[in-house]
Amino acid sequence: MSVDKNMNVLIVDDYNTMLRIIRNLLKQLGFNNVDEATDGSMALEKVKKKTYGLIISDWNMEPMTGLEFLKQVRGSTEAYKDTPFIMVTAESKTENVIMAKQAGVNNYIVKPFNAETLKTKIAAVLGEF
Amino acid sequence: MTAAAEKESFGRDQVIKIISSVIKKVEHSGDDSRLSIFTELKELERIIEEARSEIGLARPGDIKDKHIPTATDELDAVVEATAEASGKIMDACDVIQEKAAEAGDAGGPITDEVMKIYEACSFQDITGQRITKVVTTLKTIEDKVHKLVQILGDKLPIEDQGDEGDTRTGDERLLNGPQMPDKAISQDDIDALLAGFDDN
Repeated sequence: MSVDKNMNVLIVDDYNTMLRIIRNLLKQLGFNNVDEATDGSMALEKVKKKTYGLIISDWNMEPMTGLEFLKQVRGSTEAYKDTPFIMVTAESKTENVIMAKQAGVNNYIVKPFNAETLKTKIAAVLGEF
Repeated sequence: MTAAAEKESFGRDQVIKIISSVIKKVEHSGDDSRLSIFTELKELERIIEEARSEIGLARPGDIKDKHIPTATDELDAVVEATAEASGKIMDACDVIQEKAAEAGDAGGPITDEVMKIYEACSFQDITGQRITKVVTTLKTIEDKVHKLVQILGDKLPIEDQGDEGDTRTGDERLLNGPQMPDKAISQDDIDALLAGFDDN
């Protein structure tokens, strides 16, 4: 099954620099319908109003962290139960990865990362494109 | 003074009172067998006074009120400056990307290189997070020093070291690194200042 690159993608990070980098990398990969949020609570508001096919989120944000956002997304509606969710974070301890996995994350990218890594992880959760 | 500080202050004064009381009793007892206890207590008193003096000379109030706030302000300025610089770099990348797209296939390699610049700009996020951790640590130290000042408070000896406690002399005293944006004078101010010399 081919990947629909017109799907809505939500990226969440409290650093504008990182939002811009991810948005640009996604654009290079062919994803143009990209929305942004700067913390978990803002992201949660967005997922209530729109359906996203992919969520890419930082972990360390205030007031709502990426992990809390992930938990709330997974517990929100049936529609978001299986939505691909990639955590992109500088938190690289084993316990963090385990915690994220237990909360329902689909993949995990450690910052700093490059375009190839992002593409590989997106392909891992959406399928090759 | 907070209730907690009063309690801690009372505790300290009480210890000193007890020690002084014991010393007086030993002094008046005339019992030679207690001489060693008396000597030990005197030594303890001297150590406490020395410690208090050392802490006072370290000027804990300055650490809390000046050094740590200055350090955190400097670090915040680093985060702001790198964010601004990253933004400008990426603005330039956007323009280059547009031009590369207009060039068709020939622009492909240019776009690839521009993507590497984008990736490298993620340093701003990483350094920002590291600096935030340092700022948090400094604030923890600030809290600890604040509590120390509250406990010892007015009992600390104050040694006047001038306005800054700055012992540097000559050219060295003029070297203070980049100024904070709100404290720095502008290039226009500098030009006007220099022009003022020329007029005289």
